[in-house]
Order: sequence, then structure tokens, then C-alpha cells
Amino acid sequence: MFSIKNRFIKQLFLSFLDLAPILAVVLVFQIVIIRQPVPDVANLMIGTIFVVLGLTLFIQGLEQSLFPLGEAMAYAFARKGSLFWLLTFAFCLGFGTTVAEPALIAVAEEAASIASKAHFIEQTNEAKDDYALGLRISVALSVGFAILIGVLRILRGWPLYYLIIGGYCGVMIMTPFAPTEIIGIAYDSGGVTTSTITVPLVTALGVGLANVIKGRNPMTDGFGLIAFASLTPMIFVMAYGVMR
Amino acid sequence: MIEWLQHFAVVLLTTCRDILPIAVIIIGFQLLVIRRPLANPKKLLIGFIYVLLGIAFFLEGLDKALFPLGKLMALQLTTPEFLGINPIEANVSWQTYYWVYIFAASIGFTTALAEPSLLAVALKAEQISGGAIRAWGLRVAVAIGVSVGLTLGTFRIVTGTELYLFILAGYIIVIILTVFSPKLIIGLAYDSGGVSTSTVTVPLVTALGLGLAQAVPGRNPLLDGFGLIAFACLFPIIAVLSYAQIAQWLNKGSLSSKP
Repeated sequence: MFSIKNRFIKQLFLSFLDLAPILAVVLVFQIVIIRQPVPDVANLMIGTIFVVLGLTLFIQGLEQSLFPLGEAMAYAFARKGSLFWLLTFAFCLGFGTTVAEPALIAVAEEAASIASKAHFIEQTNEAKDDYALGLRISVALSVGFAILIGVLRILRGWPLYYLIIGGYCGVMIMTPFAPTEIIGIAYDSGGVTTSTITVPLVTALGVGLANVIKGRNPMTDGFGLIAFASLTPMIFVMAYGVMR
Repeated sequence: MIEWLQHFAVVLLTTCRDILPIAVIIIGFQLLVIRRPLANPKKLLIGFIYVLLGIAFFLEGLDKALFPLGKLMALQLTTPEFLGINPIEANVSWQTYYWVYIFAASIGFTTALAEPSLLAVALKAEQISGGAIRAWGLRVAVAIGVSVGLTLGTFRIVTGTELYLFILAGYIIVIILTVFSPKLIIGLAYDSGGVSTSTVTVPLVTALGLGLAQAVPGRNPLLDGFGLIAFACLFPIIAVLSYAQIAQWLNKGSLSSKP
């Protein structure tokens, strides 16, 4: 019991070290450069304690739950030997985790309000909600598709840079056709779609698969799922902008 | 106190709702397709609860402490009064905004270090590389990438250059570096781009971008306010690939210098 407590305290301290630089930057800028008093010091301190505690719990749970879970699923599917079910799972994981992603919901609403101000769609709330929902579904589809292709890549042993360079070309080809207003949002959407829970699960799945399949190296083949999943949303958001 | 508890409960419930689809997919596949009991289900469940609580505390803490202050600062730094410019004046040289660049660089570096997704990937990489890749080193490399990316991104907003030109140049650099990089690092480097921006970075950076696009004369927040996240995703890839390159080069140097 004592050793567990000790580890927990050590992790708390490490989490605090991770956070300390942000605090330092914010405080220095606020006091020295902007020269304004720091508002609401009590909340700042409570909030910092929360963030440190949250980060510590998250890491604890990561090692205990998300990593083993992702790897266990990879082993189970490999043992089952059914390509169809593995690919279905990959697609569902990508689609399901993205469609409810809060950051994506925010981006979709932002994009809808831009589209409405630029008169692509009618200036009613209904049209905006429609547009935002369509966008969310198309991004979620694109992430599901990306994880599916990424898993297939691990199985077949294709080099990762084929996919990435292909994705880059896709982005660059879509850019001149997409409406100017949507380009910034589309480029940003790649970074916001992969959430804190998706990342460890998907990483563990990829590394686990590369571990069980003969001839694959977890280091060279296991990574790359996230990378492709943050490229396809850019292409799909621009395609969505063209079609509407 | 009660008000606060209620607020925390709402955050916790929202987190549960966000996790629900993942839980449904995993449990569904477990029960219907794999049909094998998981090893150690109790430990997994406890770990999952840790993750839930951890994310809820993390978000609540950020909301209380960092976001209000960070967003306020992003706005204060971009006000014409602070920058000392006349809003009617059309041509302001890009050097005027130097505090904005410094702020973007430092906030990018520090938020990337605290990003939980990046931490997860770095831990995994250290684990499977047997310690050859240090989690800390990888995170610092990514943080440098985000910092450079955001500085260039704010510079782009100030000058009003087309976004795609920068991104295209970034892609070309990534492809060239890929050709020369050790194979082991490539997947990890590409992944580090996608994970460098999430819970901590996105809200602060979005506020900075929109604030800056509002403050700079001749920029439209709708058109120019976005794109910072794209920079913060692209440059970590370049940073990690270059880091691998430099490490390899140094190793070779030390090997050849031996008799």
C-alpha cells in the first residue's frame, strides 16, 4: 500500500512539472508584460490542483486500462483471424469516437456560421444545424475510413509514407477547388479530431497488431494510424465545402 | 461548494457522454464478435474510471484556471492599445507584433508539454523502443515543433500570406526529410503531428488566432483567424524527423571519430 501511495505522489509531482511551464508563461506575461493583476487567484490555484490531479489519474488509468485494452483487442482479433471483423472494428472505432468528439462539434458549428455568413447556405439556424451535422458525419466517416486503411496497411506491410504522401497530394489537389472561406477550418480540422481517449486506444491497437503479425515491427509499422486519421478530415471537409 | 459540486458533476457527465460511443463499440465487439472474456476485467474497469475522473478533473481545472486567463491574455496582447498602433492606419509593419510571436512560441511550447495525448504516445514509444526513444526527449522535440509552428502561424496572420503556401512548403520539407530519416522513427514522427494539439492547446490557440485576426488591420477573422492548429500539427513532424536526423548524424560522427 505504501509503495502505491509513493508512486502516486511521485506521479503527482511529475504532472505538476508538466504543467509548471504553462503557469510560468501565463504569469510572466500577465505580470511583467501586460502589467495587469492576476484575476481570481483562488480559482487559479484550485484549477491548477485539479489539472495536476486529473493528469495523474489519467496516466494511471492509461497504463492500467486503455493500453491493455487496445492491445487485448488487437490480440483477440488476430487470434480470430477474421479480416472482415477487424476492419469493421477499425472503422467503427474511428467513426464512433469522432462523431461525438467535442472539439469537432465546435469546429463544425464554426464552419456552419462561416458558410452562412458567406452565403453558401441560407441564413437560418436550421440550415446551419444541417450543415454542421453533415460536416460532422463526413469527418467521422473520413476518420473511420482512415483507421480502416491504416489497419489494412499494418496487415499488408505497406510503407506508411505512401499513404501520407497520397494524403498530402489529396489535400493540395482539393485546396484550389474548395471555397476560400472553408480552407482554414479544413486544415485545422485535422488536428482537432483525435481525442484524448482515442489516441491511446488506437495507438495500442496499432502497436498490438504489429506485435502479433509475423514480419511486422511495432516501431516501424505500429505507429501511423493517428497520422493518417488527421489527414483525411482535411480532404473530406474541403470536399464537403465543394459539394454544398 | 454545492454549486461547484454541481458543476463538476456536469463535467463528469459530459465526459461520460463523450466516452459512451467508444465504450459501446468495445463492449459490443467484445460480446458479439470476440466472445471471449477479457483478462482482468476488474483492473480494466478501475483503470477506465481513473481515465474518466482524470479527464473530468483535467477539463474542470483548465476551465477554472488556464482558459480564462489564457484567452484573456490572447485578447489583451492583440489589442491596438497594447500594440501601440492606430487602428485606422492600414500599413503596420509585422515587427510591431513581436510580443504576439513570443507569446505564441512560449504558449505553444508549454501547452504541448502538458498535452495528455502526446504523453500517451510518448510513453508507448518509450515502452516499445526499449528506452531508445525517451518520452521526455520526444515531447520536447514536439513542443519545439509546435512553438515554431505557432510563431510562423501568427506571422502568417499578420502578413496575410495564403495559408496553403506555408502548408505546401511544410509538406515538401516533410517528404524530403522522410527520405533521409531512419525508418524506425517515421511512423512515430507522423503520429506526433496529430497528437500535439488537443485538449489544452486548441482552445488557447483558437482564441489567439481569432483575436489576432481581429486586431490586425485588413484581416478578416473568418478568413484569417484559422490555420494555427494546422501549423501546430505540421511542424512537430518536421521537428521529430530533424531530431532523428541530428541524433543519427551525431552518432555517426562519434563512431567515425573512434580509432
